[in-house]
Amino acid sequence: MITNDERERRMDPEQQSSSGAVPPPIRRIRVDTSPTVAPSRPTHAAETLRPTRGAAGPERMTIDGLSVFYGPKEAVKQVSLPIRQGEVLALIGPSGCGKTTLLRTLNRLTELTASARREGQITLDGTDIDDIEVTALRRRVSMVFQQPNPFPMSVFDNVAYALREQGSKRPSRKVLEPYVVDALQRAGLYDEVAHDLSHPALRLSGGQQQRLCIARALAAGPEVLLMDEPCSALDPKSTAVIEDLILELRESLAIVIVTHNLQQAHRVGDHVAFMYLGDLVEYAPGDELFTNPRAERTRDYVGGVFG
Amino acid sequence: MATSMPPRTPLPPLRVPGQPTGGPPPKKRRANESISTWRLTDRIGYFLMWAAGLLVVAIGLGIVGFMAIKGLQYLRPVLLTSHPQADLDQSKSGGFFDPLVGTVLLTVIGIAIATPIAVATAVWIVEYGRPTWLARVIDSGIEIIAGTPDIVLALFGLVLFQQGIFGWMSFRAEDGAVFGRSFLTAGAMMSLIALPMVFAATREGLQAVPAHVREASYGLGKTRAATIRRVLLPSVKSNISTGAALGMGRIAGDTAIVVVLLGASLRLDPEGGIFGILQGTGGTLTSYVYNNSPAGEGNAAQKAYAAAFVLLLIVIGLNFAVDAIARRGARANGIETSRLGGS
Ligand SMILES: Nc1ncnc2c1ncn2[C@@H]1O[C@H](COP(=O)(O)OP(=O)(O)OP(=O)(O)O)[C@@H](O)[C@H]1O
Ligand SMILES: [Mg+2]
Repeated sequence: MITNDERERRMDPEQQSSSGAVPPPIRRIRVDTSPTVAPSRPTHAAETLRPTRGAAGPERMTIDGLSVFYGPKEAVKQVSLPIRQGEVLALIGPSGCGKTTLLRTLNRLTELTASARREGQITLDGTDIDDIEVTALRRRVSMVFQQPNPFPMSVFDNVAYALREQGSKRPSRKVLEPYVVDALQRAGLYDEVAHDLSHPALRLSGGQQQRLCIARALAAGPEVLLMDEPCSALDPKSTAVIEDLILELRESLAIVIVTHNLQQAHRVGDHVAFMYLGDLVEYAPGDELFTNPRAERTRDYVGGVFG
Repeated sequence: MATSMPPRTPLPPLRVPGQPTGGPPPKKRRANESISTWRLTDRIGYFLMWAAGLLVVAIGLGIVGFMAIKGLQYLRPVLLTSHPQADLDQSKSGGFFDPLVGTVLLTVIGIAIATPIAVATAVWIVEYGRPTWLARVIDSGIEIIAGTPDIVLALFGLVLFQQGIFGWMSFRAEDGAVFGRSFLTAGAMMSLIALPMVFAATREGLQAVPAHVREASYGLGKTRAATIRRVLLPSVKSNISTGAALGMGRIAGDTAIVVVLLGASLRLDPEGGIFGILQGTGGTLTSYVYNNSPAGEGNAAQKAYAAAFVLLLIVIGLNFAVDAIARRGARANGIETSRLGGS
């Protein structure tokens, strides 16, 4: 159980950052700023309790000294992180600390924001993402948003849209169908929509819509899947379905998930990164970060959740 | 943090004179909101809103009812299919087949020109809109068109289409002067009547598409063009249709451009096949009604009522089409109809 006292402590940074520009002193803790990645430590005993998984795969994406500015405001400060194949990286931190911004930078969605500017390097398989054609990059690094956002068309067309190459001739429904079905199956939605694939997507429930969005993202054939609070609009049951799905998908993909739900971060995150006001405060294996945080700021944020 | 704040003393509950205090309602009744608890000004306002609504309905029904009685009294099926004749005797002046065709033709031409231009402009403004000054100029340009009286548009059109390069749209006199009046020139000017409506409806539809839907598309590696074509335009299909139907209603009901730019003649030009008709002059139901009204030269009031009734039916039909399109579009996309508001 969480005591009131502890809850207050955990909520504190959130209230702080949402209340404006005043720099929030949580008990005046100084965190060593650079390098922000805490060096990985020998495997914690608790790690062996995690559900079995293969050894972490190769590093697919590398974030190196990434800063993102909105006008003069620095939303992400000098963050460096590895994103590995076959594991889930969970980003946690109080509201407004730059998690979404960081995520959107990974497939260059921040470029849609006129005021946004980026510094530092991000590579995908060793290639700078700026050197990859942006539509190709976004197919390889695809995104699931916080708000379920299916297109106002049928379930089938939603998934098929991701498959169709733009501009060229549209492949027929027959050709696409197996791929659409496969994507829906991987997202754990197929059984619920199989009877009517021409059902309007916006008539599905929120949880189904979100899984449709996941199916859509998977249909693009990504190597990295970015998920921004994918469960925040969902009930516990849909959340559980999506968490199971994430654990299944990580076998074949690198997954980065942003979440405000610390239990969820613990359940699905192989590595967890804690951000605070644009800084990456701590990056560690999930169990370690939650049971034995190194930075006091992390301890304040995750404090009392497990224990 | 919370500990450093001074302890808050709770405020006493707010009391407003005349407002019923808490506690169970006096009588056992369904707990609906009752107007008797409202302030007097609110009650008067409420009554006025009802009265205004009823007045509008009454006026509308009055017009339609009057036209229906008059129209049905004089409308004969043969009027719809027979050509008009120039004759002062009402029994010999024929029907209004030509004006009916004229209305349909002119409406189709006008909307066919207006829709692509309006949609393209709206897409550009909402999806690109850069440089900003250009977007603003285009925006006010369309506002100016929307605000220009149709008779002014008609005069401008006449001057414009009498220029030599537009000679193919109407016909030339022997000395080379361009006549400037035809279905093509009138239709081109009519498109300006419909354009602001299609534009506004499309823009409104595009602005209502949430940003995250676009981002979902970009996030799948789609280009802007693909997003517009495959996601945005289908999303605003019903908005476009609504705007187009409204615009068609406006075109069908316009008179000034017909009089100035179409010639407001009784009959279509029968020479030269379909393109000949398009290059030729003609009339519409509006000019026919005008000509046959006591104010016009025909002065055949019975025919005017019959034609006016048909015109009204067309326009009301278009309005119902607007509604049906909006509802169907919303349903097909799975959007709740109530969110569109009543119209
Ligand atoms: N489009 C934008 N223009 C200007 N500033 C922005 C924009 N988007 C985000 N910001 C700012 O950047 C900072 C980080 O925002 P971001 O959305 O990345 O936070 P977050 O960690 O995802 O928060 P939340 O948990 O509430 O989603 C915030 O201070 C926010 O005000
Ligand atoms: Mg966010």
